[in-house]
Amino acid sequence: MSTVNLSGITKQFGDVTAVKDLDLVINEGEFFTFLGPSGCGKTTTLRMIAGFYFPTMGKVKFNDRDMTSVSPEKRNTGMVFQNYALFPHMTVFENVAFGLKVRKLKKPDVKRKVEDVLKKVRLEQFIDRQVSQLSGGQQQRVALARALVIEPDILLLDEPLSNLDARLRDEMRTEILRLQREYDITTIYVTHDQVEALTMSDRIAVFNVGECQQVGTPTEIYNKPVNDFVAEFIGETNLFPIERDQEEGTTFIYHSNDLNESIYVHNSDENVASYKDSDQLFMSVRPEAVKVNKKPMEGVNVFSGKVDLVQFTGESVHTFVTINDHVTLKATELNRGPSTYLEEGTEVYVYLPETQVRIIPEAKGEV
Amino acid sequence: MLNAEKRKTIYLLIPVILILAGYVLYPSISTLIESLKQNGAFSLGNYTDFFGPKAAANMEALWHSVYISILSVLLSALIGVPLAYIFNRYDFPGRQFFSNIAIMPIVLPSLVGVMAFMFLYGEVGLVPNLIKDLFNLSEVPFQIGGVSGILIVHAYTMYPYFYMTTSSALNNIDPSLEEAAYNLGSSKFKVFWKVTFPLLTPGLVAASLLVFMVSMASFSAPFLLAGGYRVLSLQIYFSKMNGDMEMAATQSVILSFVSIAFLLFMRWYQSRKDYRMAGKGIGSHRSEVNNPVLKAVMVTLGILAMIILLLPHVTLLVLSLVPEGAWTWQTYPQALSFENFRLLFEDPNIWDPVRNSLIMTTLACIGVFIFGMITSYALVKRSFIGKNLLDILVMIPWALPATVVGMNMILAFNKPSVFSFGEVLVGTFWILPLAYFIRFIPLVVRSTNAVLEQMDDSLEEAAQNLGAKWFYTFRRVVIPIILPGVLSGTLLAFVQAVGEFPTSVLLYTLDNRPISIEIMNQLRMFNMGQAAAFGMVQVGLIVIVMFISYRFFGVKSENSL
Repeated sequence: MSTVNLSGITKQFGDVTAVKDLDLVINEGEFFTFLGPSGCGKTTTLRMIAGFYFPTMGKVKFNDRDMTSVSPEKRNTGMVFQNYALFPHMTVFENVAFGLKVRKLKKPDVKRKVEDVLKKVRLEQFIDRQVSQLSGGQQQRVALARALVIEPDILLLDEPLSNLDARLRDEMRTEILRLQREYDITTIYVTHDQVEALTMSDRIAVFNVGECQQVGTPTEIYNKPVNDFVAEFIGETNLFPIERDQEEGTTFIYHSNDLNESIYVHNSDENVASYKDSDQLFMSVRPEAVKVNKKPMEGVNVFSGKVDLVQFTGESVHTFVTINDHVTLKATELNRGPSTYLEEGTEVYVYLPETQVRIIPEAKGEV
Repeated sequence: MLNAEKRKTIYLLIPVILILAGYVLYPSISTLIESLKQNGAFSLGNYTDFFGPKAAANMEALWHSVYISILSVLLSALIGVPLAYIFNRYDFPGRQFFSNIAIMPIVLPSLVGVMAFMFLYGEVGLVPNLIKDLFNLSEVPFQIGGVSGILIVHAYTMYPYFYMTTSSALNNIDPSLEEAAYNLGSSKFKVFWKVTFPLLTPGLVAASLLVFMVSMASFSAPFLLAGGYRVLSLQIYFSKMNGDMEMAATQSVILSFVSIAFLLFMRWYQSRKDYRMAGKGIGSHRSEVNNPVLKAVMVTLGILAMIILLLPHVTLLVLSLVPEGAWTWQTYPQALSFENFRLLFEDPNIWDPVRNSLIMTTLACIGVFIFGMITSYALVKRSFIGKNLLDILVMIPWALPATVVGMNMILAFNKPSVFSFGEVLVGTFWILPLAYFIRFIPLVVRSTNAVLEQMDDSLEEAAQNLGAKWFYTFRRVVIPIILPGVLSGTLLAFVQAVGEFPTSVLLYTLDNRPISIEIMNQLRMFNMGQAAAFGMVQVGLIVIVMFISYRFFGVKSENSL
């Protein structure tokens, strides 16, 4: 088990900067996720940890050992590739045993360890199959077993679930978590899927265009995004620009040009992110926080509008309310039966609770 | 910073570059230099002679070569494309069988094929004489020879290029594309011209260029059939035989120039954005032929094609059974026996060429197997400056006509050089295996490139991640995966080396004369029976190797074209 310490990492491919000045510490035994859209530098970072790329600047350390320019075969990391990278000419046994044979273990030990790990991933009956005869989920588990059997210091997972169908993905999520807990191994998980990131991680680093935007626990990332990119990328949100008006007392006041109204926000760490005077500001409010009512409501942050569209997803109902030509707000409620659905065209009132609105600056470095 | 990866790349590149520089580049340059010399002094005299009135025969030969090549392309396309369309798009009894027969010309080495055609359709040919006797004609109704002979042989041997490319293109076309066109209201005819055919064009253009290059280089057919008709590849041979090395070099340079121009054009064409299928190909479906008349037509066509395709093989077999003196002035052979084969295995003098061929071919194949694998790996999986240049250098022996390769070898190694370790190689045993090796490097590199490009980089990375060093990974992961590709290239190299004639005829000595040379000698002595028996040995070797590689390594011969 190891900590991973990245300091001042920059990686350039020709003129393109894939990762810019990244500092991260991943703790022992932690399940850490790199989350971001494609091309954001998350896989590049993972590959620098595995040793397939060497950083242009900065240092990679495992515990206190400097690994920056150590070749991949000497790092003792276990990597699961997006396409699994199972050796097509070998059986399940041979695939899993590969790393052990490289380490020159004795034959009976190899056999015992392979059998053990295959039991853990519940594939013991497939030990002599060719990998091409396995389903996607089974191949995935072979790849996991192959990475785990060498008892790596760090487990690296590169979008391992992206090639599986939705149901299998759910199943494998639990499976990976179970194995990670069982082996108690420092794990770095790369994904662009926010559900995976939120459900599995101890901590998440959100990437965009080569820069790490925010590091935090899933609840921090979701509830207290630091900028508009994080707010928009993780979960659904209603996001629109606002201007400062009055930043004093227990309630701050902002002005929305789109709504041509004032927005009142509770003055707390939960509701107002840190920003500079020069920053362009946005307000973000999650659809599940938005209240929609047919009857007029008292108080601030209440706007009238018309129901534009009602979307039924099964467990929840999305209601889109048009306030004016610039703003349509989305509200999400759990399904409570047909009688609660609003009809399209209904005049309604929308309330954005002061304690649920979050004020955030525009992300820097975005193109 | 010279990191471990870069060091490995350099270690890999050193042998590759040394061999290519020494045995491809240096010989080509030797020829170029020789062509610029007249009576020992540097001058452009040879070129003014070539294009000037002094040797009008040269210009004539160049035009003839181009003329024949263009016609060969047209003829091969006319046979190959429809055949591929019928065999891949319609299902009728015996389809699979006929489509397997369709590639039979590739087991016939060029010289042997030409010989079979001579005795089949030539002046003394069996078919014209049979027709003459059947219909009591006073003269043979037709005979091939000169241009027509060359063209027919070319069409027969080169149509598989069109057949193979069209077949694979057809199989790669997602049927839903055509279905989409039908769905949008196109007629059958329109779907073919507006959808199917445009998708085939990249393959067709590639095949055309290939056939053009092969015909420009063709040697065996003109050698036996041309009579007084001059083509450039043959002129080189004559110049060399007359001892005019400078003119031979000049002719070689000009022929190379044309071929390399075509190679570069082809590379440029293939690198343009081609029509790759977006989705994964869903194997094409064939329309079943239900109309009984059409079915009969198809089957008849198949049988007819089969007969025409296999007649040369049958002729060769029959000829090989004609003992010496049993078919001289008579219309038909007078006796058949296994005499020629008995002599072959019993008389060491007659067995010698077979042994030579086997040894030299095997040496060359081992060479291209190892060298091709390393070169291809460096080209596909490593990045370095000058990669494009190296890629072109590797492909040059493929673009160069065999006659030119022969000339290059003579001019480079008729004097001691560093690359021949200070020895004169011309006139020794080693010159021929070396020439074969050089000629067939590109075959292995190409087929290995194809599988290596398919192999995902993550496989190597996975092995490395699990702690395997580079060489271990190469041995245990890379080689097993690319082996089919390397083998299919080596197989093709074997097939071509066994039947190799144009280079051999320039470089052989009495001690290392291969089978093809002995065939030529026997033909000169009018002992066509023994010549055909040698031909059968070549065909037999080719068939055995193909069968073994198919059976044990799953390498399909048609994939190696």
